[in-house]
Amino acid sequence: MLILTIDTSAIASAALLSAGDDAAEVLATFATEDTRSHAEVLAPGIRRMLDDAGVPGARLGLVLTGVGPGPFTGLRSGIATARTLAFAWDKPLAGVMSLDAVAWDVVAAGAAVSDFVVATDARRKELYWAQYAADGTRQSGPHVTAPSELPALPVHGAGAGLYAQQLEAQGSSVPEAFARTQPTAASLGLSAAAVLRGGGRLADSSPLYLRESDAQVPGPRKRAL
Amino acid sequence: MNLPSAAPLVLGIESSCDETGVGIVRGTELLTNTVSSSMEEHVRFGGVIPEIASRAHLDAVVPALRRALDEAGVSLEDLDAIAVTSGPGLAGALMVGVCAAKALAVATGKPLYAINHLVAHVGVGLLDGGPLDGRDLPENLGALLVSGGHTEILRVKHITDDVELLGATIDDAAGEAYDKVARILGLSYPGGPAIDRLAAEGDPKAIRFPRGLTQPKYMGTPEQPGPHRFDFSFSGLKTAVARCVEQYEARGEAVPVADVAASFQEAVVDVITAKAVLACREHGITSLLLGGGVAANSRLRALAAERTAAAGIELIVPKPSLCTDNGAMVAALAAQVVMAGGRPAGLGFAPDTSQPVTSVSL
Repeated sequence: MLILTIDTSAIASAALLSAGDDAAEVLATFATEDTRSHAEVLAPGIRRMLDDAGVPGARLGLVLTGVGPGPFTGLRSGIATARTLAFAWDKPLAGVMSLDAVAWDVVAAGAAVSDFVVATDARRKELYWAQYAADGTRQSGPHVTAPSELPALPVHGAGAGLYAQQLEAQGSSVPEAFARTQPTAASLGLSAAAVLRGGGRLADSSPLYLRESDAQVPGPRKRAL
Repeated sequence: MNLPSAAPLVLGIESSCDETGVGIVRGTELLTNTVSSSMEEHVRFGGVIPEIASRAHLDAVVPALRRALDEAGVSLEDLDAIAVTSGPGLAGALMVGVCAAKALAVATGKPLYAINHLVAHVGVGLLDGGPLDGRDLPENLGALLVSGGHTEILRVKHITDDVELLGATIDDAAGEAYDKVARILGLSYPGGPAIDRLAAEGDPKAIRFPRGLTQPKYMGTPEQPGPHRFDFSFSGLKTAVARCVEQYEARGEAVPVADVAASFQEAVVDVITAKAVLACREHGITSLLLGGGVAANSRLRALAAERTAAAGIELIVPKPSLCTDNGAMVAALAAQVVMAGGRPAGLGFAPDTSQPVTSVSL
């Protein structure tokens, strides 16, 4: 089965995967390092990737989207794109928690020797994070908190790199190899394909915002008299 | 290769504020106009909250697409073009519509047009059965757009490539002022309908509220126009209403809510119509199209009709469902761009939150 995966929880990326009964492989990828131009680059990137791979949408078996957590506007651009592509091509759609992509990278590299944490930048001096067992099974999360609330475990992902000194001072370690790693569609797709191979089910495409909008219900009117 | 068609089948997506709209037209024929609004979710805040609107767009856009295609009885393959509002509007809200439209373009290979929201409010007047009923837009056309996000006077020399901004609000939009005054008076959101209803029972001359930017230093003369001859300001008016209400309260008197509402509404509508008619006269505009959500306001319609008639100007008012934000207007303007041989935007454009009216399509 061919899978198109999109993730815009941090960078914008897309990947085309072939998932079989025993393994999955990445056939093509698109990614940008920029975290603020998703609406511009994502659609042209997907079109070019599929054209170059010679795969028309009709041949896809599944559209996958990262559902965050991630900065809201960027996150929505990927989900809106995936939902609309799935609608237009009449393909099944599913969602994957974006931090699972980095966990997949860590486990695939053999770098997970104990429980570990994956963290990305949530801005506002906070991190999005989740805790995983050494085999990559998620144990808790996703959460959004200050870095001070992370457990004293190895912390991977670009969020770890941002707060490396603080995390190390509070007993976590920040391995250099994954200190700048962002969730990518390719890793997210491999992670999801493994779930499917294991007979697991994927989530729907609902975004994991983890925060409400900042809007406050207005209080009583201020008086000048 | 898509050759310019006599009556192109165009799907338009609108998501610049709190309405998720999908409309489909064939040339000037309206096939469907699906609108889903998040207005209810904004009521407790007394105004549109961009993040809440953006979240609602994400969940509404695919169901709206599905419904519009079903209602119109067309498939994506049938379309000649896809269109989307690229601006002006709220950044996060525009982004959802733009991403959905780009995805449709990727999936179908159809050309994508990035359309100006304000000019689309004018383009909707061209639809069959509308105020112009399929005839061409008049020469010497102007537009008065009044909504929760906009208050503008435009000159439309050519709908697809020659539109000019004559005047605009320098602070709040008129509809925004209605919402804020409604809160001051303890009325419901949105403020426009609430104030319009109550104003019918009040005396519009009870209180003389200020008409913003009407002093000579702002207006100048026809020969030497001042810096804000055709511009609006509603921020001071809103404050004047608040002070007025506080004075009644300080004196321990009941606030004459209907009189305040009527007098506020008169101040807004008086200055809007006076400046619009002045702009028409001084720019040789002989037809004026009214658009935006506040075009549903009964006093604005009445005074605009009275003053344009007195000045010999034709007033064009689309039906309310086409005055408020909708996808049909985006499709209608895009169809004009397609018929005029305009180039599609491609997939690489960014939404432009302050897209000027001189940029009809990107």
